[in-house]
Amino acid sequence: MLRLGLLLCLVALPLRAEEVVLGLSKDRVAITATFEGSDILIFGAVKREAPIPEVPLDVVITVSGPSKPVTVRRKERRFGIWINTAAVDLDAAPTFYAVATSGPLDQVLTETEDLRHRVSIPRAIRSVGAASMAEDAGRFTDALIRIRERKDAYQLLENAVALDEQTLFRTAISLPANLTEGAYATRIFLTREGRVVSQFETVIDVRKVGLERWLFTLSRQQPLAYGLMSLAIAIAAGWAASAAFRVLRRT
Amino acid sequence: MGLTIIMQIYLPIAEVSVNAFLLLGLGGIVGVLSGMFGVGGGFLMTPLLFFIGIPPAVAVATEANQIVASSFSGVLAHLRRKTVDLRMGTVLLVGGLFGAALGVVLFNYLKSQGQVDLLVKLCYVVFLGVIGGMMFIESLRAIRSTRRGAAPKRKKHGWVHGLPFKMRFRTSGLYISVIPPLLVGVAVGVLAAIMGVGGGFIMVPAMIYLLGMPTKVVVGTSLFQIIFVTAFTTLLHATTNFTVDVALAVLLLVGGVIGAQFGTMIGTRMKAEQLRVLLALMVLVVCGKLAFDLLVMPSELYSIASGTGGH
Repeated sequence: MLRLGLLLCLVALPLRAEEVVLGLSKDRVAITATFEGSDILIFGAVKREAPIPEVPLDVVITVSGPSKPVTVRRKERRFGIWINTAAVDLDAAPTFYAVATSGPLDQVLTETEDLRHRVSIPRAIRSVGAASMAEDAGRFTDALIRIRERKDAYQLLENAVALDEQTLFRTAISLPANLTEGAYATRIFLTREGRVVSQFETVIDVRKVGLERWLFTLSRQQPLAYGLMSLAIAIAAGWAASAAFRVLRRT
Repeated sequence: MGLTIIMQIYLPIAEVSVNAFLLLGLGGIVGVLSGMFGVGGGFLMTPLLFFIGIPPAVAVATEANQIVASSFSGVLAHLRRKTVDLRMGTVLLVGGLFGAALGVVLFNYLKSQGQVDLLVKLCYVVFLGVIGGMMFIESLRAIRSTRRGAAPKRKKHGWVHGLPFKMRFRTSGLYISVIPPLLVGVAVGVLAAIMGVGGGFIMVPAMIYLLGMPTKVVVGTSLFQIIFVTAFTTLLHATTNFTVDVALAVLLLVGGVIGAQFGTMIGTRMKAEQLRVLLALMVLVVCGKLAFDLLVMPSELYSIASGTGGH
């Protein structure tokens, strides 16, 4: 009874007038030994009970890898050589972050909504205590974004979401080869005049598989066995190559 | 599409994707040096791994593992030719194990101070510069005197020979105190743990100039010590920092063991003085490159340090 009541409430809510129905080309990314990155196609439709409103719809899609604390250091010239002098600790920065939009980001999303939902790249980085560590803490955050953008770890893809008939949308996000495993939060925002009218969230699971998984697990859970195994493999290979060479030289 | 794309490989511990042929090639070049000079080659390989984007902690630990393999095939070749002083090697090894443990403690202290990169690089510049310079000048002098027909100077009896606890090293033809080789071993062990090197570039000159060992046994004996010290270092890193990447090590060593065989063959065909000049030049080039990087303004002043596992 209660559930039915809730459902009726939800349906009746005007805010829920438009909902996202989502599809992913894959919801699992397997990191194998020959992993070279992966393209993920994110597509979907807007489900409506009412006719399409006059104001045009926009779509913002974000994919975020696991967040980790990061230290950004800056070099300065001291005694003729370049030394790390200043450092800022950022509480949490995603290891991967992509924002794809159907228009220029500052037009499809207002500053307030960006702040609330942490959508743009600078907002996705949490740096609460950073300001107390350096006067120009902002420069350290900028540097982090600059360095990670160069490695394709951070991507701002404006106008990369194709939107048809205000209803069907799709975009492709390419995950680079240097990927950290974890749950990649994928969020879809529908916006009108910069305001979020609907929001949908799902997860893409990025995991090492097979030999990669086995080696990684062994190295963490049985480090001594893993170390001895690494040495055994190294010594065996060294001996085998040496023996092979001796045979080769004799013949 | 081409094989080159297929050969891109994802390293499970380093969590980066690199070209397998690049790793094989790097391993091969370093292997040739290892066989020729009796140096582990870590002082070249570790910076090279940084350049291709391997996290420094993983590069240092994995390099130790790779040195074990490339030195193993080298030491087998030397054992067959009886150019290893096992007794001297054991004394150096005792010092080395102690030094490696000390080095790990020191390394963790430097890491907590946040300046570990700089100190490691400065260590490289100072050590490589002094040793490379000394070797270069000395071996040039030796080449010149052999050309003039003068006999090379025999062993000098310096302060090293006045110390107590003397021991006879038959293979080297020496009767000296065990204190200097023990100290050399400790120094090499510390460097192995801090700089991610085998330490051959320190040990080889120390054995020649400080202990007065004949050049022929120096290479095999230093490889013998390096194997055990780097194996110990590998285990320390694997159990405390989880930074040994066995996939990376295997690729490097496949190139490395093959290179080492060629290196040993080249080494036996060259004169000891020529080998020393070459090694000195190589050491000076690496030193110059590292010093240059410290002096010239980097293109990116900022750098990111994310915690790999530990912190």
